[in-house]
Amino acid sequence: MAKRIDVSGLSAYYGNHRAIEDISMTVEPRSVTAFIGPSGCGKSTFLRTLNRMHEVTPGGRVEGKVMLDDENLYGAGVDPVAVRRTVGMVFQRPNPFPTMSIYDNVAAGLRLNGSARRKSEIDGIVEKSLKGANLWNEVKDRLNKPGAGLSGGQQQRLCIARAIAVEPQVLLMDEPCSALDPISTLAIEDLIGELKEQFTIVIVTHNMQQAARVSDRTAFFNLAGVGQPGKLIEIDETQRIFSNPSVQATEDYISGRFG
Amino acid sequence: MDIVNSPGEHPPNSRQPAVTRLGDRVFLGMSRGSGILLLVIMAAIAVFLTVRAIHAISLDHSDFFTTFEWNANLQPPSFGIAVLAYGTVVSSLIAMIIAVPVSVGIALFISHYAPRKLATPLAYLVDLLAAVPSIVYGLWGGLYLVPHLQGLNLWLNEYLSWTGIFHKSDPSSAARSLFTVGILLAIMIVPIITNVSREVFRQVPKAHEEAALALGATRWEVVRMSVLPFARSGIISASMLGLGRALGETMAVATVLSASPVLSARLLDPVGGTFAQNIAAKFAEADNFGRDALIASGLVLFVITLLVNGAARLIIARRKEYSGANA
Repeated sequence: MAKRIDVSGLSAYYGNHRAIEDISMTVEPRSVTAFIGPSGCGKSTFLRTLNRMHEVTPGGRVEGKVMLDDENLYGAGVDPVAVRRTVGMVFQRPNPFPTMSIYDNVAAGLRLNGSARRKSEIDGIVEKSLKGANLWNEVKDRLNKPGAGLSGGQQQRLCIARAIAVEPQVLLMDEPCSALDPISTLAIEDLIGELKEQFTIVIVTHNMQQAARVSDRTAFFNLAGVGQPGKLIEIDETQRIFSNPSVQATEDYISGRFG
Repeated sequence: MDIVNSPGEHPPNSRQPAVTRLGDRVFLGMSRGSGILLLVIMAAIAVFLTVRAIHAISLDHSDFFTTFEWNANLQPPSFGIAVLAYGTVVSSLIAMIIAVPVSVGIALFISHYAPRKLATPLAYLVDLLAAVPSIVYGLWGGLYLVPHLQGLNLWLNEYLSWTGIFHKSDPSSAARSLFTVGILLAIMIVPIITNVSREVFRQVPKAHEEAALALGATRWEVVRMSVLPFARSGIISASMLGLGRALGETMAVATVLSASPVLSARLLDPVGGTFAQNIAAKFAEADNFGRDALIASGLVLFVITLLVNGAARLIIARRKEYSGANA
């Protein structure tokens, strides 16, 4: 249950401002692809075009194609709600539903769109998802306690459990560790390594060591100047990007000469 | 300048008093003074009401809580609040049943559904409605709403009279009933409940809404999963504000209701009364003792308001653990 993403000629706008320009790339299934680049280069915006979250922002619109295997996510008649069920997302700050218990947080997606399931079935999925997010042992005795009572790192793993409970094809992660301490970060990174067995994972990160540690392929984004649209500079095997990139700007960024 | 000592914080292991600044002392004095003043005013009101009320009730010849009629000017005086308490609670209840869902709907529409071009003037309009004086609503209610609600009254009587509460004893009588009062009160409190609810809905963190969206929630599911639970206590507070206005409303009730000391479950009959309406109607002709008697009824209204507010606070506090406010 992992699909290939094929992006071609994609631009995204906020009103009349073009945030990213003419991006084409392929994201391989069952692998981790990292997006790196300076602030404002549009990597988060690009990530949000992959599950049609960009258009939720007032004035947000997208041109171009995003193919998920054979289906164009921006094709005529495609329901964005259905897209977001197929392409899950984890955000920068952990955002469990504060009014729900740990159990209900994980089950939240299962109860959407009028899908009726048996209690025992939901129980099973909740347990499987929490185990998948390496959180089960820590919370199995307090599933009915509020999710907001967990630590930041646990909350982020709860959000991952919530995202994988609906069995998406792709998992998008927008700087999932930037609000976490190093130990929680390590836990999430280990988890990403396990999750790529099942999912296509795309992760935006400001931490280049993290990109080097967790990803198979890395894409470098950059922008010509303030107010200019962000562009994809190159995408390659992570090892190549960090040792011998083909574009000078990439090497400058990675070696800390700018950005 | 000692940068370690910030005002109000004593440095550890030091017998020296903390450095204080004139501005801080003045501000502390002012805010403390305002707080104390508030308590003094509250206490003064309570003492005034209680003393005069007890005096009146002690001379009441019939039971204060169960008597229907209000004859404080008779010798011996005989008056009671049964009809007034019933009328106040019932008309406010009708108002809440109508106003809360409508207000939440309007507020949600403004904050989450309407395009910005429509939402801004709509929000402004609601604010404007909240500022209309109640006497204006009262005049409109008495002169326009009463005759125009006759049709609804007759329809309810025809199809729902089997429920008892919608049975109209005399179909030809005007719609000057508790039911009409409830509808007018609902119209009056919709703006304030809408206003406060909309403010709460706007404060729902974007992260909660995006969490639901990213799971594949439709717009309504986003509202149900993240907006309404977060705003729950705010909606309750907004409703309490509206209820407060409904319980104490005077002119709007006085212009609509044909007050008469009858306690009837039939909401369409032109009978009944409320505390505020009764006070307004009887105050001018009351002697000193009559005014004390009216104050006694005001005190009961005060207590009812306190009880309702207390109950609302309990509801909010019971699920504090899950409240979104501290997330």
